[in-house]
Amino acid sequence: MAMTRRDFLRNGVGAFTIGLAAPAFLTELAQAQGAGSRSLVVLYLGGGNDALSMLVPYGDAFYYSRRPSIAVPTGDVLQIGSDRNNAALGLHPRLTGLRSIFDEGRLGIIQRTGYENSSRSHFLGQDIWGTANPANPQTRGWLGRYLDTIPSPVNPLVAWDALREVPRALMGDHVSVPAIPSAASYTFASPNTGSEAALERAYATRIASHVPIDRPHLAFVNSNINAAMNSLDKVALVTKYVPSLTYPTGGLGQTLKTVAGAMATGVGTKVFWVQLGGFDTHASQVGTNGAYPRLMTELNDAVTAFYNDLRSQGLLNQALVMGFSEFGRRAYENGSVGCDHGAAGLMFVLGGAVRGGLYGTAASLNPDPKNATLENNGGDVRYETDFRSVYARVADGWLGADSAGLLGADFRRPDLAFL
Amino acid sequence: MASADESIRHLLRRAGFGASPQELGYYSDLGRSAAVEALVDYEQFDDDVDAFIGQPGYVSVTTRGTFSPGTVINDARQRWLFRMVHSARPLQEKLTLFWHNHFATAYSKVAGAYGSSDATRMMAAKASEDPAKLRGQVETIRAMCMGSFRDLVIAMAKDPAMLVWLDGRFNTRQKPQENFGRELMELFSMGVGFYNESDVYAAARVFTGWNLRRTTTSREDLYPVYEFAYNPNNHETAAKTFSFPIYRDGGRTIASRSAADGMQDGIDLITAVVSYPATARRLVMRLWNYFVSEINPPPDEFVNELADAYLASNYDLKLVMRRLLRSADFRSEANYFTKYSWPAEFVARSLKEVGWTGFTVNDAVSQMVNMGQVLYEPPDVAGWEQGPGWISTGGMLARMNFAAQLSRTQATSLVNAVKPYATTPDSVLSYFLDRLAPSPYDNDAYNDLRSYLTASGAWTGSDTQLRTKAPGLVHLIVGSGENVFI
Repeated sequence: MAMTRRDFLRNGVGAFTIGLAAPAFLTELAQAQGAGSRSLVVLYLGGGNDALSMLVPYGDAFYYSRRPSIAVPTGDVLQIGSDRNNAALGLHPRLTGLRSIFDEGRLGIIQRTGYENSSRSHFLGQDIWGTANPANPQTRGWLGRYLDTIPSPVNPLVAWDALREVPRALMGDHVSVPAIPSAASYTFASPNTGSEAALERAYATRIASHVPIDRPHLAFVNSNINAAMNSLDKVALVTKYVPSLTYPTGGLGQTLKTVAGAMATGVGTKVFWVQLGGFDTHASQVGTNGAYPRLMTELNDAVTAFYNDLRSQGLLNQALVMGFSEFGRRAYENGSVGCDHGAAGLMFVLGGAVRGGLYGTAASLNPDPKNATLENNGGDVRYETDFRSVYARVADGWLGADSAGLLGADFRRPDLAFL
Repeated sequence: MASADESIRHLLRRAGFGASPQELGYYSDLGRSAAVEALVDYEQFDDDVDAFIGQPGYVSVTTRGTFSPGTVINDARQRWLFRMVHSARPLQEKLTLFWHNHFATAYSKVAGAYGSSDATRMMAAKASEDPAKLRGQVETIRAMCMGSFRDLVIAMAKDPAMLVWLDGRFNTRQKPQENFGRELMELFSMGVGFYNESDVYAAARVFTGWNLRRTTTSREDLYPVYEFAYNPNNHETAAKTFSFPIYRDGGRTIASRSAADGMQDGIDLITAVVSYPATARRLVMRLWNYFVSEINPPPDEFVNELADAYLASNYDLKLVMRRLLRSADFRSEANYFTKYSWPAEFVARSLKEVGWTGFTVNDAVSQMVNMGQVLYEPPDVAGWEQGPGWISTGGMLARMNFAAQLSRTQATSLVNAVKPYATTPDSVLSYFLDRLAPSPYDNDAYNDLRSYLTASGAWTGSDTQLRTKAPGLVHLIVGSGENVFI
């Protein structure tokens, strides 16, 4: 895998073009155009989220017989009703805040999302979800392709990656997405002070402003330095943000606080990428301090704080959170109080513009090989909704893009009317 | 200052972590061929680098209380950076880093299972630091990185930290656990496309019973011992059939064995995957990217020759490394500066070239977090995203900020060193470009560096001016895009 990922990056860099270093006044213009607009917050649950523990089919006896030690007990489930096949469903007990948002009609959950021949590899799976291209997942990312369509000059903060590495989904040919894991440490240091320090910053920017056509790799690195220099001052403004409530101290909470700050400051970011990792729960999944309950607590507390803060700031209608993972997990547990890599999982959307509810239908976990809602000899959940249909709705209904062009085919589904 | 032979500098950037002026002199005097031999046959030099930690004349470490790299992960990180800067066996450290990325195991998951102190032991302790004289995973790699790849994979399959990381400790006959079996094929050997899902199930069953034993003795009850133990009661004894050959006669089935003999199943599978042609080619490709170029693809002959050498020599990594470093492709000037430096490479090389007086590697450890590389903590089992994957706005700021911190602390020695060349801005720039040896600047960038020196006033070469401009210039060079490439 590492080889092909690098192959892509090589091609991506080779195709990299100039025009990144927009003059400052044009950048200001681009930012002004972007202010007050909508933001997509992509929330990646890294490692393969066990959808069957997050949205529990508590009426399915096979759920309990096949997961005797990791199933969420019926009495603990936060019931949220039934899907259109009358499958009774409930949220993980730690998701109390999300249940309130669901009850407000602002959380939509799309069941059994995935694709044909789902990869059980984290890395291939990430690339497939990142490119929306299972046949050729070593290409530009689906959001990178979207960002590439934005007319130049592009706001240097048009997208904001809260990880240290830029995920494939955000890789494009023209736009270099800033990676800002911590706004507070996103600063420029100097061995000197005062005017000499300012001079160094000016020269560092000048040196990196050269993007030699015959040295595409150097041009790529310099474009990143440029993007950093062009975004430093705005990121510094974001760090001054005072939220309306106290965010949880965990990584996701602090990241979402920064996202809210960026939205409130009006820096014009259209796409944020945030991550909660640790979902590869092969072992020790349950119990008070089990891996999955801890993840659900962090997810719930951070997203709920974000939702409530945005509402207080009057920004709720400008935010759409879309959650996903690279695959769901196996229908049955393994021997280490966990479960192994599976196929279809779930996606969720949340925000002021969302029409909430349950989309799609739950799998029956009956291990009968003839059960069409499972695959792999009854081992894994089979997908019902292609994940690209969810992307299509987000692209058309939120980003204002043409999803068929962006995704290479028409994946629109009228019934996925969450926007 | 005479320019050192560029081929020696290239060799030391790739087979080491760059060179201090003293190292550059030493290897230049040897000449290129003998330098390769000195790097490859490193066992002729004492493995005594740790003895210099805390001694004057070396980069510092920062401790809270006793420096304890066998039980405190931050100290282990500092020790490894110290070795990268000061080891007389730079290729050993370079290969250890390569294989750490290949068998990417993260401390945090082990710590989640057994606590921080025991997890540090399992990742980083030397035998002398462990109550049962067992080596931590990266120390095992360090000892075996020039041996047989088959032996190395077997050692990793038995490694306690690996048994936690990929859940081998839960892999039982009743409930086979796929994690290790899958990654053995996907990441440690042949790669995606050469096995299928039923091979994953079979591999999981092969390794049932390969487990971790945690014992405490009355004498050592404060220090539980973690060691590999094969548990026949947990081993699945039925035959396992694969889609690819397991044996030299083409046989694809590991026949049923008694539980007592069942550990041989795993040895058979490892022997099969390390000898698979796709594994040989994949390893050669990874070595090419790490040592030769991430920008230029390898010629077919290079891959064929090294893959054949690997297979014909019973997976002898030392033989492969010697051939690689002697190859015309490695020596080719077209491959100079065609690799993105890893944060560890960037940091260690900067310290060697700029200086380390009064500098603690602890500051480098913290900056490396923002550069995207925490030693003993790869992001996932596929290791770090390399090449352009290292590069992001935040990552570049972190490199520039490290350069700022380093040049500030080294200002006095930088001023003293450049004084003899202080007559003109050009001679100052020329001195630092020769000393820091970044990839070449095009005219525009070169002119920017020169005009920086006179931007706040005419050149006088005074101590006051040097005091500002020497560290400022070093900051700009070390933090520049050109200096990313090695």
